[in-house]
Amino acid sequence: MAFEPREEQTKLKYQELRIYSDDELNNYTEDELKSFKIKHNIPDLDELEKGPWPSFVADAKREALRRHKLPEDRMMIKPEVVEDMLGQLQLSFDHGETHWKHGGIVGVFGYGGGVIGRYSDMQETFPSIAHFHTMRVNQPASKFYDTDYLRSICDLWEYRGSGMMNFHGSTGDIIFLGTFTEQLEPIFFELGHVLQQDLGGSGSNLRTPACCIGKARCEWSCYDTQDMCYELTHFYQDELHRPAFPYKFKFKFDGCPNGCVASIARADMSFIGTWRDEIRIDQSAVKAYMGGEIAPNGGAHAGKDWGKFDIQKEVIDLCPTNCMWMEGDTLKIDDKECTRCMHCINVMPQALWPGKDKGVSLLFGAKAPILEGAQMSVLTIPFMKVEHPYDNVKEVVEKVWDWWMEEGKNRERLGELIQRYGIPKFLDVLEIPPMPQMVKEPRSNPYIFWKEEDVEGGWDRSIDDYRSRHAR
Amino acid sequence: MALSQERLGLYNPDKPMENRLTDLGPRHFWQYFPPVIQNNYGKWTHHEILEPGVLVHFSETGDKVFTVRCGGCRFMTVENVREICDIADKHCDGFVRFTTRNNIEFLVDTQDKMEALKKDLESRKHVSGSYKFPIGGTGAGLTNIVHTQGYIHCHTPATDASAMVKAVLDDLFDYFQGMTFPAQVRISMACCLNMCGAVHCSDIALLGYHRKPPIIDNEVLDNVCEIPLVIASCPTGAISPSKTEDGKKTVKIKNERCMFCGNCYTMCMALPLSDKEGDGVTILAGGKISNRISPPKFSKVVVPFLPNSFPRFPEVCRDVKKIVEAYAAGANKYERIGDWAERIGWEKFFEKCGLDFTEHLIDDYRLQYDTYRTSTQFKYTEAAWAVSKAAGGVE
Repeated sequence: MAFEPREEQTKLKYQELRIYSDDELNNYTEDELKSFKIKHNIPDLDELEKGPWPSFVADAKREALRRHKLPEDRMMIKPEVVEDMLGQLQLSFDHGETHWKHGGIVGVFGYGGGVIGRYSDMQETFPSIAHFHTMRVNQPASKFYDTDYLRSICDLWEYRGSGMMNFHGSTGDIIFLGTFTEQLEPIFFELGHVLQQDLGGSGSNLRTPACCIGKARCEWSCYDTQDMCYELTHFYQDELHRPAFPYKFKFKFDGCPNGCVASIARADMSFIGTWRDEIRIDQSAVKAYMGGEIAPNGGAHAGKDWGKFDIQKEVIDLCPTNCMWMEGDTLKIDDKECTRCMHCINVMPQALWPGKDKGVSLLFGAKAPILEGAQMSVLTIPFMKVEHPYDNVKEVVEKVWDWWMEEGKNRERLGELIQRYGIPKFLDVLEIPPMPQMVKEPRSNPYIFWKEEDVEGGWDRSIDDYRSRHAR
Repeated sequence: MALSQERLGLYNPDKPMENRLTDLGPRHFWQYFPPVIQNNYGKWTHHEILEPGVLVHFSETGDKVFTVRCGGCRFMTVENVREICDIADKHCDGFVRFTTRNNIEFLVDTQDKMEALKKDLESRKHVSGSYKFPIGGTGAGLTNIVHTQGYIHCHTPATDASAMVKAVLDDLFDYFQGMTFPAQVRISMACCLNMCGAVHCSDIALLGYHRKPPIIDNEVLDNVCEIPLVIASCPTGAISPSKTEDGKKTVKIKNERCMFCGNCYTMCMALPLSDKEGDGVTILAGGKISNRISPPKFSKVVVPFLPNSFPRFPEVCRDVKKIVEAYAAGANKYERIGDWAERIGWEKFFEKCGLDFTEHLIDDYRLQYDTYRTSTQFKYTEAAWAVSKAAGGVE
């Protein structure tokens, strides 16, 4: 199957788009790099070039050298920008404090997000990072790229920015780190007109949605995570670019309960793939695992001798609901009791698979600790079929947003609002009934907020009537 | 159309709205799937980890895709990305992908190509010696550490991110390239409580942390901040309105109520918290995201404070190592750090890891009761005997 973009997209060809020649991109030798000293003294950062793990300092230095050797008019931001960033980083180590100023409201016309203003508080010492604004570039779903795209992005950012990036930011965007205010609009125009590429979210709006690798290279994904991520991102472009929410809002799409994009911990609305029929079993492969012909867990434990695979100990006894057993050499699963934790499937990927009748569970309200403590998303809609264009999901999204925008306080995440009003109110908003699956256990206090309409005769009573039966 | 090479490119500041394209969204994902991925979309049957960092996925069509996973830095220059492109062009028909945890994945469709790719990746080193593309991060091993901006770009950090991550990963490098743990270990790092890295459900979370209440910049506070918003921003109600001696409107802070969350500074630049001695690192452990066997869990604070010892954070590296080594030695197969700690009891976790249990680790915030042990089930450790002795219960 193939998926089509919502709008026609031209294939990007680096050879047609490029800014820099091959000579310019090979403008230093390894010997020059070895002897290259940046303009600031950075002993602590030099130390971070040692050790086996890739050194971001070593990487930064080669970009510093590239820029140092490019003619100055081949970059719109000063060549020393990398050197100044490293210099300020060293100074931050010395002082034990950051040297970035608080805030700075910059952006591109018509958008309230996608650009984070940043200024150095050491502008005289580090003039090329006086402005060091970030731009968030909305990554393609699950972060596959071709080199035409990546090289074009690199040339654009070498020319109009610092050449420093994050691949990727925590939410998922490609992060352009450091440019001056003057270049924000030109970069936005290049992204839009030349690369057909938009910015991501920041501030009190829909943040750039993200998804796991899904069916592109995983046998467990229960829905088309990329397609759903792409569709909802495009459908809600207005919410993504123009802050109208109380605070940030995140969608994340996990294809199965393993949760590779951590939606249950990070997303206000967590989509987690699941199924409602039986786990598929290949009994001959089960036997092969038991006979030691196939390494358990795809070979994940190969670095240590854990002994012979024992299906009883490693699968059946670890099943959280004890819903598996052996009948002779046949593996049995009581699927009605299964909570789809994925353990048995993870251990025996050649023998077990999620069922065929698949959809998503919807959970709401995860967030990091600021302010009232961290929250994970609460299971709210147990199962939903999801097919392009996901109209049933969009209906839910809009009910949630209407309520949150009406009732949410400034900087109140959805999870906090749910806690403030209680899940019963949230269920009213979603127009769904309660189910025991929404809680770990029923409440242990009896402080039920009865509604007047639920109590016979209502709350309007006469004290005179009461006193007619009871002396004061 | 080529990328522009004039100062302002396609943008005309005199007519800023002219030809403005908005709401284009991200580019479509399908065009970036290599052919083997397009052809086998939704048809994968299973996978194997051939060795640390090398996966093979099998399709019902008979196709295979080999993935070589490399650790990457989140901070990356265009130089680095161009080198990734060179590798992708040479071995992978010009395709590459990145994972949620800042790893780089190169995909090829035959074993021979995979071997050549691996050899190439292993040979690439920075001139100062570190690997550019270390292979690993799969299975029951340590994967890449996700992190935040730190001093490289952020205005609220209590520590630096890239440096600490580099130091810890240098220290645990063999675990990244091995699969010797009982289960996967996910370490995450955030440089302040805002946790833009959302580290709160990680096996081990490294968290930058302030310990001094804000300094009040009385000179400018009323000019640059909305005082009612600042007051409302404090979760413990420690901030109240005040006036300076010369009658300027400002705020005052009850220091003993401050929990150093920094939310007031987020709202108001006139209340900075950062401080060389005050700032440092806390370590949390035992969280997870996956629903496998046990439900997802929050990480718990197990080390209240370690100093910001730039650039290599030896105290942080030491304590992280204590945790992973005790875990590797003691946990059952498939147990995550949190599962292990719950099975043996948190009292044993501290004993086995050799970490001190201090009063800071006992919750005294709003939902503290949830963490009280209201049971007589406990295990004896040195910490328990110390209490009994102090209370006169034993000699």
